[in-house]
Amino acid sequence: MNLAIFKYAAPMTFYRLAGRMIPWFAWGAGILTAIGLYIAFFVAPTDFQQGEAYRVIFIHVPAAWMSMFIYLVMAFWSAVGLAWNTRLSFMMARALAPTGMVFAFLSLWTGALWGKPMWGAWWVWDARLTSSLILLFLYVGIMSLWSAIDDPRRGDRAGALLTLVGAINVPIIYFSVQWWNTLHQGATISMTKAPSMAATMLIGMLVMAFAAWFYAIATSLVRVRGIILERERHTEWAAEILEGK
Amino acid sequence: MQWASWSEFWAMGGYGLYVWGSYGAALIVILIEIISLRRGQRQTLQRLKRMKTWESE
Amino acid sequence: MLRFLTAVIRRDLKLAARRRGDWLTSQFFFVMVVSMFPLGIGPDPAMLAKVGAGVVWVAALLASLLSLSRLFADDHRDGSLEQMLLSPNPPVLLALGKALAHWLIYGIPLLLIAPILGVQFALPADAIAVLMLSLLIGSPVLSLLGSVGAALTLGLRGGGVLLTLLILPLYVPALIFGAGAVDAAVAGLGAEANLSLLAAFMVMTLLVSPWVAAAALRVSIE
Repeated sequence: MNLAIFKYAAPMTFYRLAGRMIPWFAWGAGILTAIGLYIAFFVAPTDFQQGEAYRVIFIHVPAAWMSMFIYLVMAFWSAVGLAWNTRLSFMMARALAPTGMVFAFLSLWTGALWGKPMWGAWWVWDARLTSSLILLFLYVGIMSLWSAIDDPRRGDRAGALLTLVGAINVPIIYFSVQWWNTLHQGATISMTKAPSMAATMLIGMLVMAFAAWFYAIATSLVRVRGIILERERHTEWAAEILEGK
Repeated sequence: MQWASWSEFWAMGGYGLYVWGSYGAALIVILIEIISLRRGQRQTLQRLKRMKTWESE
Repeated sequence: MLRFLTAVIRRDLKLAARRRGDWLTSQFFFVMVVSMFPLGIGPDPAMLAKVGAGVVWVAALLASLLSLSRLFADDHRDGSLEQMLLSPNPPVLLALGKALAHWLIYGIPLLLIAPILGVQFALPADAIAVLMLSLLIGSPVLSLLGSVGAALTLGLRGGGVLLTLLILPLYVPALIFGAGAVDAAVAGLGAEANLSLLAAFMVMTLLVSPWVAAAALRVSIE
């Protein structure tokens, strides 16, 4: 990838490019979701251990993956922005966060609904669940920091710093919660291993993951266009767009 | 195809609440995000246009 | 360099000595939060001994956040923070000095008060010793990570609550290792493993957070 694009390319270019890309990703997300749901409900066989309840994983696992992946991408853009002072990468980080938070919430919600029939509890303080919860808290923290800072330049940088500190901290939190779990053995519930997966289950999950990925790209591009327009409103091209529309 | 009837499909082998609770929540949350995204986009445009006219006056 | 660091610390200590009310508020907050728990969950000594370490630790997190929201605010208001940042001294040392001063002023008293609270919670003597040791090792983490949050939220409306929202999740490892050490001691398992993990986490925050806090200060001031 050529970083120069993000440094010198006018936000105008990216605004137009994003506008052209959004329909593709949105339609891609829709079509992939349709295929994924078809596989999830009509192709994938009933699991011999978990019955039909396992069908939650087609939404749970992609949501959990995306919540972590989006955070990593945010951390990447934050690092790029702080290192090379590229405005566009800060805007990308901002545009990604709400979708990441949505997926973090969904992974917790669906995890609870999957856990209840499988482990007999809506919630267990297991390492994965707990770190997902902390991840959601981090999203909330970063977004409230952004909303509290009016100056975009300061907000960009402050949010980026917090994102990076969180990125360092998440693995440590995961490890510490796992450690904590081994100490408090009374509360642990033997986690059922992921069911030995039929190929169709895996394919369904991957298709749904790609759908979530496309969805995240589409929503963040819509958001980044709004942010670009707001920041560039004093430029000529933005004025043209505002008058034209 | 593994469902003999629609009612069997909705029952999900007795796990209907959990399965549809998950998919339903996902649908609702994603719809909320899309709607708020649209509204946000429109509001931003309107606000910027308003600011534009103020500034040019 | 070292002179600058000690100058920052000494300045904060002097200022704190002049404002004893603020200092007392924070300590009483700590004691009161901890004292509310037995009233909420019942006086059974066995149960209190079980939750005691966690309660003291959580209260310590909240008490330190309470005082952290003012860490840079006063210096920011009278302009001295800007002066110090403009001086040729490295901002990292400023951030480190402020965090260390906060630890001396607010962290050390926590661990001195903790034994009294431990007795309230029917903790055995060796567990109380471990509690003090865990606070000694862990409280620098609270000041150091908190200084990052204080720098990020400098001068924002609702800064205190925001600071809590940002930093509390990052405190999780310190809470787990710190309270875990005491729990392990109560269970007779030996607290060394938890304490050394806590120490490792403390060293890591010591190495990383002054840089982040300095960067955050520069972001917030300019």
